Amino acid sequence: MEALKLELKEKIIEQLNLEDISIEEIGDNDPLFGDGLGLDSIDALELIVMLDKDYGIKLTDPKEGKKIFESVAIMAAYITENRTK
Amino acid sequence: MKLETYISTYCHIRNNKILINGKPFIKDAFDTDFSIFSKKVYKDLNLSYPKFFKMDNLSKLAFLAAECVLNREKTNEDDNIAIVLTNRASSLDTDRKHQSSIQDKESYYPSPAIFVYTLPNIAIGEISIKHQLKSENAFFILDAFNAEFLHNYACSLLENNKAESVLCGWVDYDNEKYDCFMYKVSQIGDIKHTINKLQNLYKIKD
Repeated sequence: MEALKLELKEKIIEQLNLEDISIEEIGDNDPLFGDGLGLDSIDALELIVMLDKDYGIKLTDPKEGKKIFESVAIMAAYITENRTK
Repeated sequence: MKLETYISTYCHIRNNKILINGKPFIKDAFDTDFSIFSKKVYKDLNLSYPKFFKMDNLSKLAFLAAECVLNREKTNEDDNIAIVLTNRASSLDTDRKHQSSIQDKESYYPSPAIFVYTLPNIAIGEISIKHQLKSENAFFILDAFNAEFLHNYACSLLENNKAESVLCGWVDYDNEKYDCFMYKVSQIGDIKHTINKLQNLYKIKD
């Protein structure tokens, strides 16, 4: 699980072009949206594509993302439980 | 009513160099690609705007030129600055990136962050968001820089009270080749806004 959390932080920074943020600055339980990393709706769509492409998880209802993308820890737990690749 | 119009500030971004009013803004040119060059300019302009790093290259080019022109004059959101930009390649550079992500049906993962930049006028949107402009704007695709077209369009906006000033320019980016000339026109300034003057300013070399 720790390796997956680290992998997710790396992917979030790289794929969402968070140029000014380092892995150390993203806490496992930090909120990704709103006051946390300040991600926006396009970032949420990118994360949905990432789940599909890298972990074989298709979110059919975008509203699901709101809960899954709350933090890196919640994302990692969801991926561990649902991944197909 | 025919107005006397003037150019107050102009900026060129070419060959990894920036000129503001014909003078080098960054003295040391360096041989690198646009992504590294644009990051360096971002830092030199002391910007703190993380959304910049999410933009495509056309928007980055337009955004940096607008920063050079507008920040020099300390404009604010009440100034009613219209934006009229032109280029040759439209958003083709980003369109190709999007196309490559949907080429393979077995690996069909279009990026929403790339897709949103598959229109050239998004570059105008980025400038408008940063400077809180809710003004007239248009992006035209032309074969080459057209001083007469830009001159007449800016004059029309000013003469019909659609704007107090107009940020105009040529912002072209395709496949690591880019050319940007941006300037602000209003009834205040030192350089007379004529078609000939625009043609001459566009041709300025570092």
